[in-house]
Amino acid sequence: MPSSVMPTPRQGDGPQSPAALSAIGLRKSYGDKTVLDGIDLRVPAGSVFALLGPNGAGKTTTVQILSTLITADSGQAQVAGHDVATSPDGVRAAIGVTGQFSAVDGLITGEENMLLMADLHHLSKREGRRVTAELLELFDLTDAAKKPASTYSGGMKRRLDIAMTLVGSPRIIFLDEPTTGLDPRSRHNMWQIIRELVTDGVTVFLTTQYLDEADELADGIAVLNDGKIVAHGTAEELKRLIPGGHVRLRFTDPAAYRSAATALREITGDDEALTLQIPSDGTQRALRALLDRLDAAGVEADELTVHTPDLDDVFFALTGGTGRTDKKGMAVR
Amino acid sequence: MSSLSLAVRDSTTMLRRNLLHVRRYPSLTLNLLLTPVMLLLLFVYVFGDVMSAGIGSGGADRSEYIAYLVPGVLLMTVGGTTVGSAVSVSMDMSEGIIARFRTMAIHRGSVLVGHVVGSVLQCVMSVLLVGAVAVAMGFRATDATALEWIAAFGLLVLFSLALTWIAVGMGMVSPNAEAASNNALPLIFLPLISSAFVPVDAMPGWFQPIAEYQPFTPAIETLRGLLLGTGIGHNGWLAAGWCVALCALGYFWSKAVFDRDPK
Repeated sequence: MPSSVMPTPRQGDGPQSPAALSAIGLRKSYGDKTVLDGIDLRVPAGSVFALLGPNGAGKTTTVQILSTLITADSGQAQVAGHDVATSPDGVRAAIGVTGQFSAVDGLITGEENMLLMADLHHLSKREGRRVTAELLELFDLTDAAKKPASTYSGGMKRRLDIAMTLVGSPRIIFLDEPTTGLDPRSRHNMWQIIRELVTDGVTVFLTTQYLDEADELADGIAVLNDGKIVAHGTAEELKRLIPGGHVRLRFTDPAAYRSAATALREITGDDEALTLQIPSDGTQRALRALLDRLDAAGVEADELTVHTPDLDDVFFALTGGTGRTDKKGMAVR
Repeated sequence: MSSLSLAVRDSTTMLRRNLLHVRRYPSLTLNLLLTPVMLLLLFVYVFGDVMSAGIGSGGADRSEYIAYLVPGVLLMTVGGTTVGSAVSVSMDMSEGIIARFRTMAIHRGSVLVGHVVGSVLQCVMSVLLVGAVAVAMGFRATDATALEWIAAFGLLVLFSLALTWIAVGMGMVSPNAEAASNNALPLIFLPLISSAFVPVDAMPGWFQPIAEYQPFTPAIETLRGLLLGTGIGHNGWLAAGWCVALCALGYFWSKAVFDRDPK
């Protein structure tokens, strides 16, 4: 079981919040190709969960199974308290899905797309028009509302797509690579919208290839590679998983630099810049030990910075993208 | 909301969507009308004299041939229109919005029902337009009673429904628009080997059973009988049987394909 070697997920204070979504042992293969090889997930209600992974890792397949679009070969999944296999309509009533590929009707206008969603959610005419106007405004599409969706730019289609997903006020939203193809401003707007959704108590399940996106938004991250979850936890927990973290001390006084270099072991120094690098996982305990040793030696650094590996390092280490196979990276596989 | 009223409501929404497509992009529908109208003009004004002489009703009178020809062309119009339905279904199924519909709590069949009802309405409109051209060319069915007119209309609707369900199935299994229009070719081809242009008796002996019992011939003979008072015989039951069988086949086929996991 991959879970046995995974880092422990963050333990919230008090009892765990109820899961909006959970899955055990999901498997899916197409012919000989195993796309999902037994994945387990748990997403607390009202949180943002990011499924991170390279192309072909199985992110979209996971979303398709959880959103009832396709069925898993084996395993169980519950979304909003309903089993995806036995009660798909219960799941469907609670979710909104924005797939990776544009799910807008290109032959009709943006506004007609929105009204279509309102009709399918059985909103009254007046309510449908209100929600449509509101969301078109929110997604900056009011000016283009009367144009056929096929004439929209990639970013506009994406925004319309997500606006359509929000029509029924779903409690759980699936976003498959929501910011792929968006310009930086639209991307930040999207992040803002996702944060606002969570403030309203919505659970967001998103997939992304962008590490900064997961870092920025997600409460929990799972790294998916080759159909398996290779690690999960918070962004911080994942970063601590792999070596590369260090503390950097900078000195202005060469004498202080030299006495510090003698007092500390396992260091690399730069005599020109008068900086020392001490490997460290960045925990409070490690920092205190370091400071204690500096105090004992009677030296004071002019600047102390803690460097944790960024998610890129984690990603490459866990997904084996570059062959950077360090011990710890192997251990979490 | 009860499941029936949910089904009706969602299907109506889907129908509205399909009619919006037709209204926005009328060229596909109008193109499909071109074939029956061209055939009508060709066979009446160009080949009319020869054909009239050939069907053995005495003199070379093209007004007699137009009476013979129109019922077949009307049903051919239905066939052609449903080819359009196969194409639009296959195009629609490759769109992401269908995936969206599948993850929404809506009546599952509404997507297909919307297509089917939309296509039948399109068939009726097309038949009326081609019928109007036929009347302008001199076609008259003044002897038909009101009841016969109603029955003729009912037959057209039922036949449209039957071919539409088959066309929807063809559209569902076609990966793209080109494949759909190829797969739906029998809907255009079958009327050509029916009694639409020449009586079955005039065909080679070995071929007659094929021409006589394929779906178009009984429907054409029934329509001819209702509008022009020729003998219907067993063709009425045969036509109704074909319609019911094709509806059922197309329905279960389409539903099975739609319920499969999308690729």
